Amino acid sequence: MATVMARGLCKTFRVADKQPGLAGTLRHLVHRRWRSVQAVRDVSFSIDAGEVVGFLGPNGAGKTTTLKLLTGLIHPSGGALEVAGHRPFRRERAFLESITLVMGQKQQLIWDLPPLDSLRVNAAVYGIPEREARRRIAELADMLELGEELTRPVRKLSLGQRMKAELMAALLHRPRVLFLDEPTLGLDINAQARVRRFLADYNRRTGATVLLTSHYMADITALCPRVLLIHQGRLFHDGGLAELSERLTPWRQVRLELATPLPARELARYGELEALEGCEVRLVIPRERLTATVSRLLAQLPVLDLVVSDPPIEELIGRVFRQGSLEPEPR
Amino acid sequence: MRHLLVLRRFWGTALATQLEYQLNALIELLAMAGNLAGSLMVLWLFYRQGVELGGWSWHGVLVVLGAYTCLDGLTSTLLRPNLSRIVNHVQDGTLDFVLLKPVDSQFWLSLRTINPAGLPEMGLGAVLMLWAARGELGSLPAGAVLAAATLLFAAAVILYALWFVLAATSIWFVKTWNATEVLRAALTAGRYPISAYPAGLRLFFTLVLPVAFLTTVPAEALLGRLTAPAALTSVLVAALALAVSRAFWAFALRFYTSASS
Repeated sequence: MATVMARGLCKTFRVADKQPGLAGTLRHLVHRRWRSVQAVRDVSFSIDAGEVVGFLGPNGAGKTTTLKLLTGLIHPSGGALEVAGHRPFRRERAFLESITLVMGQKQQLIWDLPPLDSLRVNAAVYGIPEREARRRIAELADMLELGEELTRPVRKLSLGQRMKAELMAALLHRPRVLFLDEPTLGLDINAQARVRRFLADYNRRTGATVLLTSHYMADITALCPRVLLIHQGRLFHDGGLAELSERLTPWRQVRLELATPLPARELARYGELEALEGCEVRLVIPRERLTATVSRLLAQLPVLDLVVSDPPIEELIGRVFRQGSLEPEPR
Repeated sequence: MRHLLVLRRFWGTALATQLEYQLNALIELLAMAGNLAGSLMVLWLFYRQGVELGGWSWHGVLVVLGAYTCLDGLTSTLLRPNLSRIVNHVQDGTLDFVLLKPVDSQFWLSLRTINPAGLPEMGLGAVLMLWAARGELGSLPAGAVLAAATLLFAAAVILYALWFVLAATSIWFVKTWNATEVLRAALTAGRYPISAYPAGLRLFFTLVLPVAFLTTVPAEALLGRLTAPAALTSVLVAALALAVSRAFWAFALRFYTSASS
């Protein structure tokens, strides 16, 4: 059963086309010009109950817009959308009670009061009876390893403790679908790992569906067997991380240590020569010819050592984030 | 029922937050006392000279000032603390959290917090109204008190709706905070009876900014001078203003959900 279903999802914004400076502002006042920006174009995917899916893309790719569409905060311009059996933008009570949104850079906890107070407010808002709320708070506190922090003003908590308390506030009503926008933003490595462990644990215990965006690849590799990569508003990839890396880099790097130096001309027959320093050689070889080429290298050259390296996925995605380009690296 | 429980939690946390800043409350209390003393002083200066404002007696004009003080107290207690936060919600993007809660968003934004420092002012205003009315009439007819209470409630609704609509425009303009301050300044016109103003302003304060309904009408009711149609009009204006504020919020949200990124 699909918990999240998007078909041909589109979102177009109308933004003011304004020249900079006072003159531009005045001209815009008299003669308004608008430009449409297609933030999300024809995106289709479906997520089954209990899946944990990573949502990747460079800044401005349309990730947040898609999350807002899924939570019903904005209207789609086109396409069909269903989340937990509801049309999100109607924001019906039953829908709102079955989802939650955690935003790493925004907080819903009351700054001056202990998290427990915010939790009580949420319990009332979601109509959770007092005794049940206490039980759930104890359970979540146990999973998140929070204790006396719950009775300390939020402003006195560390970023990691605050995020854990945010998660408690977001999960008190036992949502079936979790939307997490950068839940580990700004946390140190240990705190990141704890949040990650908790999310995996929570998903296992409750069978909740999780859709998460993160700039930290470790979040994605640790939690998400499946990733959606969105680029310029379009869905570029829907599947495992391994296949994604395949699509992004259809080549491999092979490092050789030779017994005797060889001329570049001779080495170039095997693949693109990336570096040559005495006996140290670096070659780039298309993935589909890798095994054949490696056996030829071993058979025909005086090879002392050979290492095939797979570019780490972090690096690939990092490059995508930096360059905003999804073309396979040209070779 | 659920809303009442939510309100209890809302205000419980608001009070707890304020206890963290006790000095603030004291300062607000002092500012309020200074304000009221100033108004009384001005009125006293006028009446000592034998100047009457719009044909109102000394006690009558104090009833109007009482109604104004009462509403000003409400402003400090509920309107300003809640409605001035809407613009922050829009700026910080935390409006999203409010919109995703299974509670009416206008209810949340209008009643999320309370500032008890405004309550003494409300009480003081009510006492001033009753005391001055007794001075004018020699007694306090229960019917008049009931009518005045109803119309003061209607006045509160009108004031709330005006303020809310203005605060809701922050969805488009973000910096509406100044606009609500202008409104607050304009409403201080309600300190004095509407008939004290020149004809043009009188019209403006009745039709455009319904200041007349805020203080003069409840005061007239307490003094037993209000006609039934005028009272009814006030209640109708309040109902209409509330309906308009809800419709406007729905419209603003439609814009927010289709235009924001």
